[in-house]
Amino acid sequence: MESLGVLLLHPMDAYLEQELARRCRLLRFCWDAPPDRRDAFLRAHAGSVRAVVTGGVAGAGAALIDALPRLEIVACFSVGFDRVDLARCRERGVRVTNTPGVLTDDVADLAVGLAIAVLRRIPQADGYVRAGQWKAKGDFTLTTRFSGKRVGIIGLGRIGLAIARRVEAFGCPVSYYQRTKRDYPNYTFFPTVVELAATSDVLVVACSLNEQSRRIVSREVIDALGPGGVLVNIGRGGHVDEPELVAALAEGRLGGAGLDVFEDEPEVPEALVALDNVVLAPHMGSGTRETRRAMADVVLGNLEAHVSGKPLLTPVV
Amino acid sequence: MASSAAATASGEPPVLPSLLLIRRLDPAFAAALRQRFRVFDFFASGDPLPAFLAAAAAAAAAPDPPRAAVIMGGGSVRVDAAFLDAIPSLRCVVGTGAGVDHVDLDECARRGVLVANSGTVYSADVADHAVGLLIDVLRRVSAAERFVRRGLWPVQGDYPLGTKLGGKRVGIIGLGNIGSLIAKRLEAFGCVIYYNSRKLKESVSYKYFPNVHDLAAESDVLVVACALNKETRHVINKDVLRALGKDGIVINIGRGANIDEAELIRALKDGRIAGAGLDVYENEPKVPAELLTMENVVLTPHIAVFTSESISDLRDHTISNLEAFFSGKPLLTPVLP
Repeated sequence: MESLGVLLLHPMDAYLEQELARRCRLLRFCWDAPPDRRDAFLRAHAGSVRAVVTGGVAGAGAALIDALPRLEIVACFSVGFDRVDLARCRERGVRVTNTPGVLTDDVADLAVGLAIAVLRRIPQADGYVRAGQWKAKGDFTLTTRFSGKRVGIIGLGRIGLAIARRVEAFGCPVSYYQRTKRDYPNYTFFPTVVELAATSDVLVVACSLNEQSRRIVSREVIDALGPGGVLVNIGRGGHVDEPELVAALAEGRLGGAGLDVFEDEPEVPEALVALDNVVLAPHMGSGTRETRRAMADVVLGNLEAHVSGKPLLTPVV
Repeated sequence: MASSAAATASGEPPVLPSLLLIRRLDPAFAAALRQRFRVFDFFASGDPLPAFLAAAAAAAAAPDPPRAAVIMGGGSVRVDAAFLDAIPSLRCVVGTGAGVDHVDLDECARRGVLVANSGTVYSADVADHAVGLLIDVLRRVSAAERFVRRGLWPVQGDYPLGTKLGGKRVGIIGLGNIGSLIAKRLEAFGCVIYYNSRKLKESVSYKYFPNVHDLAAESDVLVVACALNKETRHVINKDVLRALGKDGIVINIGRGANIDEAELIRALKDGRIAGAGLDVYENEPKVPAELLTMENVVLTPHIAVFTSESISDLRDHTISNLEAFFSGKPLLTPVLP
């Protein structure tokens, strides 16, 4: 695919960038430049860009798609594609791919890791030791057991199922909500998220973000989860009513939260940073060397397939 | 309830069985014991141990000398011949930990004194903490949290990548209650489980290594889940760390002295191992200063057992053992020499 003009929207992975440079005609977008410079760049290169490689948060909006008349494919270095204007892509006949499967384990691992970190206060305990408090003030506080806690999962897709299998090993009963009930002998279905939250100790957001799931974790859901409950979000910031979440955590109406995603990354509300019943992660659900490499290979594989007229590996559109 | 607490014929209030208490208790536990027993509380008395034992033996001579004791481990009180001589009415010692290395089991057996431990009340919590520490070290959860809280995400961009848990070979040193629960949990994450124990366990399919050096050589992660005794002191030493190698991780939820701490620190500083998750240290609560500034370690202050659930489970379990003893039934979790 040496003649494929690829626009890399922003730096995302050294190996991916190196392979794109080696195997395609790579253009690096001036992501941090002011709007007029970015527009000028797109105008200058519109004739040669046939592929866009983007990340989950950046996506590819209508304006970008419209600025690239020769665009054939948008390859996402993420499983989420909520920020790609799929309608516009369909209209233009532009293909869209993502990176499902290869990151399932890592995201599920982090979801469980965050749940344990919140309930057992591991980052806070680590900070206590580093600040010399163990010597100065004595024992740390009692925490809450993770094993056996009722885990409610919003979205029992690949990632949701991987989370379910992991928490089962801790004796956690698993319940779930999704649009269609399936036949899982060991998992209890709830027809609404509020009911799921009311019967869960740990509520995990594991669904994709779309019109139906935007702010699916509402004030009502947060209240149902309650002062003993913990929210874990490894989906998208847009799944949660963030101001409501912050208020509930600050007021003790929600017990705790483990958050890998936020509404306006990389900005994290000051009010969250001030709390000690939360664990905050910088969107690193797929953040391992092994998985990012595998994701890069999926992106490259999709571009190769497109160029050679073969079926795409992981098409969204 | 305890059979010896029956009301007397004259209608006087029931006599509660006498109980020696050599452990600090939370209010709920203390109240639960006082409801059921006449408690002789060592730490409340402020007396030196010999005086306390003598007083308890004398005062409780009528009508009911203390036949049972709740005694914590890890402290300076040792249940040995001298102790048992001082309180000859004692027929049952209930420890509040899994380990009863503070009890001379042979001496107790010789005298027909029953011994009980805390069974598995803590095991899940310790196993959960071990898994939490491992995920934290591999995925940099605590370090990335500090990064976010310091406002560095918008400034420096993404946090450096961690490494995948699935497929890691985890070598567990000590496949007892806790080690087995750790193994079961980590299998669900796709880890490969290896172990070292005094003997091979026929009932498990994990690969057995008769010595820790060989276990380390084939593992990506070593988890210390064994008791502390003569054989396991510094079981993780310079040789084992070298066998583990520069990508290796050490997780310790056993005892600080299971690891040669100075060697571990040197190996971390030199990059000869990749990271560590530690809940215990050789000289608690002192944690060596070099560890406090390392980004590839996670340090917790000996909290693996301490959840509110384990505290109430321990209380219920201890009382169940005592009630079994006083009603002539078998102990729930007896320990034999």
